[in-house]
Amino acid sequence: MNELLHGYLPILIFLIIAGGVALVILGASLVLARQNPDSEKLSPYECGFEPFADARAKFDVRFYLVAILFIIFDLEVAFLFPWAVSLAHIGLFGFFSMIVFLAVLTIGFIYEWRKGALEWE
Amino acid sequence: MPIAPLPNLLAALPEIFLAVAAMALLILGVFQGEARAAKEVSWLSVVVLVVAIFMVGAQNGVRHVTLAGMFITDGYSIFAKILVLIGSAFSLILSIRYNERENISRFEFPVLVLLSTTGMLMMISANDLLALYLGLELQSLALYIVASFDRDSARSSEAGLKYFVLGALASGMMLFGISMIYGFAGSTGFDTLAAHLGGQATPSAGLVVGIVFLIVGMAFKISAVPFHMWTPDVYEGAPTPVTAFFSVAPKIAAMALFVRVMVGPFHTLLFEWRQVIWAIAVASMILGALAAINQRNIKRLMAYSSIGHMGYALIGLAAGNAIGVRGVLIYLAIYLFMNVGTFAVILSMRRGGKMVEGIEDLAGLSRTQPAMALALGIFMFSLAGIPPMAGFFAKLYVFMAAIDSGLNVLAVIGVVTSVVSAYYYVRIVKLMYFDEPAAGGAFDRHIGVEVNAVLMVASIIIMFFFLYPAPVVAGAEAASAALFPG
Amino acid sequence: MIVQAICFYIFSAIAVASGVMVIAARNPVHSVLFLILAFFNAAGLFVLMGAEFLAMILVIVYVGAVAVLFLFVVMMLDIDFAQLRSGAVRYLPIGATVGIILAVELVLMFAAWVFAPEVGQALAAPMPGAHVTNTAALGDLLYTKYVYAFQAAGIILLIAMIGAIVLTLRHKPDVRRQKIGVQVSRRRTETIALVKVKAREGIGEEEGVR
Repeated sequence: MNELLHGYLPILIFLIIAGGVALVILGASLVLARQNPDSEKLSPYECGFEPFADARAKFDVRFYLVAILFIIFDLEVAFLFPWAVSLAHIGLFGFFSMIVFLAVLTIGFIYEWRKGALEWE
Repeated sequence: MPIAPLPNLLAALPEIFLAVAAMALLILGVFQGEARAAKEVSWLSVVVLVVAIFMVGAQNGVRHVTLAGMFITDGYSIFAKILVLIGSAFSLILSIRYNERENISRFEFPVLVLLSTTGMLMMISANDLLALYLGLELQSLALYIVASFDRDSARSSEAGLKYFVLGALASGMMLFGISMIYGFAGSTGFDTLAAHLGGQATPSAGLVVGIVFLIVGMAFKISAVPFHMWTPDVYEGAPTPVTAFFSVAPKIAAMALFVRVMVGPFHTLLFEWRQVIWAIAVASMILGALAAINQRNIKRLMAYSSIGHMGYALIGLAAGNAIGVRGVLIYLAIYLFMNVGTFAVILSMRRGGKMVEGIEDLAGLSRTQPAMALALGIFMFSLAGIPPMAGFFAKLYVFMAAIDSGLNVLAVIGVVTSVVSAYYYVRIVKLMYFDEPAAGGAFDRHIGVEVNAVLMVASIIIMFFFLYPAPVVAGAEAASAALFPG
Repeated sequence: MIVQAICFYIFSAIAVASGVMVIAARNPVHSVLFLILAFFNAAGLFVLMGAEFLAMILVIVYVGAVAVLFLFVVMMLDIDFAQLRSGAVRYLPIGATVGIILAVELVLMFAAWVFAPEVGQALAAPMPGAHVTNTAALGDLLYTKYVYAFQAAGIILLIAMIGAIVLTLRHKPDVRRQKIGVQVSRRRTETIALVKVKAREGIGEEEGVR
């Protein structure tokens, strides 16, 4: 266990440095720079106009579709990592077990391709 | 390094067949083009379900555990699976013409029903909390989609969304319960759990909390009070064939799973969980009887009716012995045909090409469509539990089981609530036979040969069950014996 | 050891604080960003427990994909969340009651926490020794022993895919798509008509270029 955590020590140090640098920079600009805000300065700048409306606008639902298809394949890939690591131990059965899994997802892929879900129009 | 040999897949053959067939039909549908595919894929799916019924029927009732102890087939699973498959097949048959008329005919619908049915079979065969959860999710995920299948209708979308949010909440609670059970008992396998819990004098508090959370999740899936809130809205909003499907197949599967979990691994904790089941059974029966009285929409009425019926079925589970489980199974079998038949009638309630769902629309049906009125009358009397309809015997078997286990209060409450609920069932019969025909005139004819056939089969079974109850009763008896060896 | 303890407290404190902020933040986009922070800290906690594979998957899947999806959804819903939340105050008493009851139950439970004595023996797959990384330990079991759960997960993903397409995919009519095969295999004769034009007569209507 400790051996494993030792491996993460560089990442911890890295995190500390990154956080420290971020704090120093933000803090320095807060302390050293001249701060003289007023409401006009703080309002969003929109090509010299007054802001028209809220930044929130309706998105096309297709973005969502692409995102969810991405998640599904992302999850599928997540299953590949342990499989690749222990492929040597799990024999032919383990190999074909993943092939079946991929086949199921491939059927889904064919479906979405034929449906035109991957085209942006 | 553990190299697992190829597990025995023969026991899981119906599930594998269903899943593969669903995928094949998906590909067939997508390559064939929208217009023609829907009807073809629907009928092929019905064929697939019928084949699956025979595959399940061909299994012998010997207890068989495979796939690392996660999957079990025994007499119990065979009986419950056949019920579920019949329910799915009937709902699919009912859906075909409706979907065409409502312009929501797409080939994904039967595919999703098949996949959901696969999940139900996996639930029934679950022998591990992990398998239980995966089967349940497989089933529910497909159900959420079909609930909002009519995606241009706000009500259907709302139904799907409500079902999804509450279903996810229930799944979350159930997972919490499962992890508690795992944490306190050290295993998720039903066999291991049964062996370990058998030796303990008093169960730890954490384990009981885990079981209660598990019960919450299961109660949600069978829509027992107080986890029923989604039922009326989802039933009303979803397309009617989907409502028909919801009211039978998932209920039967969830109930079968519920029974298996409770009397399997947690059998020794009977006195801990019985009070919970007792309470939700009573609450469901009372709510089912009272809340339906004021309903004007027949789909909402059927929603409350199904809540009540799940309460009656839970009486058998509360008994917690072979007689009780037999009662539950008989109840589910009869409930299946009553509901399918009633929904076949509801699907035929079209006037001028549009669905009508008001109870008043049924007024005077005996004069305009006597055959349909007769069939609906049979189902209503049966749902009310009036002899000699099948519904009476369903209730009789669970009440007998309750009295046999000393749960007299439960049986009395059951009798009282069925008398109360008879009011609104019989009121529909009164509307059909004694009131003037409704304003819009007769319903559209041409409800379809297949709907008529379903209607006929269901009403004959419900009407004449008392003449030849042996196959169902004997089957349920054998099935329940499988859960209580020795 | 002390470093480990400090890390644990930092990670869990930030996780809890950002969890609170997810609900409390006024702007839903900030909520999602706090959620991402919570995921990161949870990943840190996983690493501390030695479950590095889970930690990395948490970062890849939840931070990389799920949080992005959440952002899309939050942006897609054109809802005034401040207005939505104003109703929450009314339900605060009942919500607080439920929360307090749950908290009390949790405390009571932890007070009564007793493992079954045989827990250790019942474990289906005890953690192998330090020589096996936990990715390999997962891989050794997932595809063979737990093949049932694995394939079920595959079918669940398939259903998710079908569902996303069934519920959201709409084809706009009159969209001109690029059909490369058709475009490339077009012949000169199909598209070009050579017309002899006599002087001062122009091109007749019927011979006009389509």
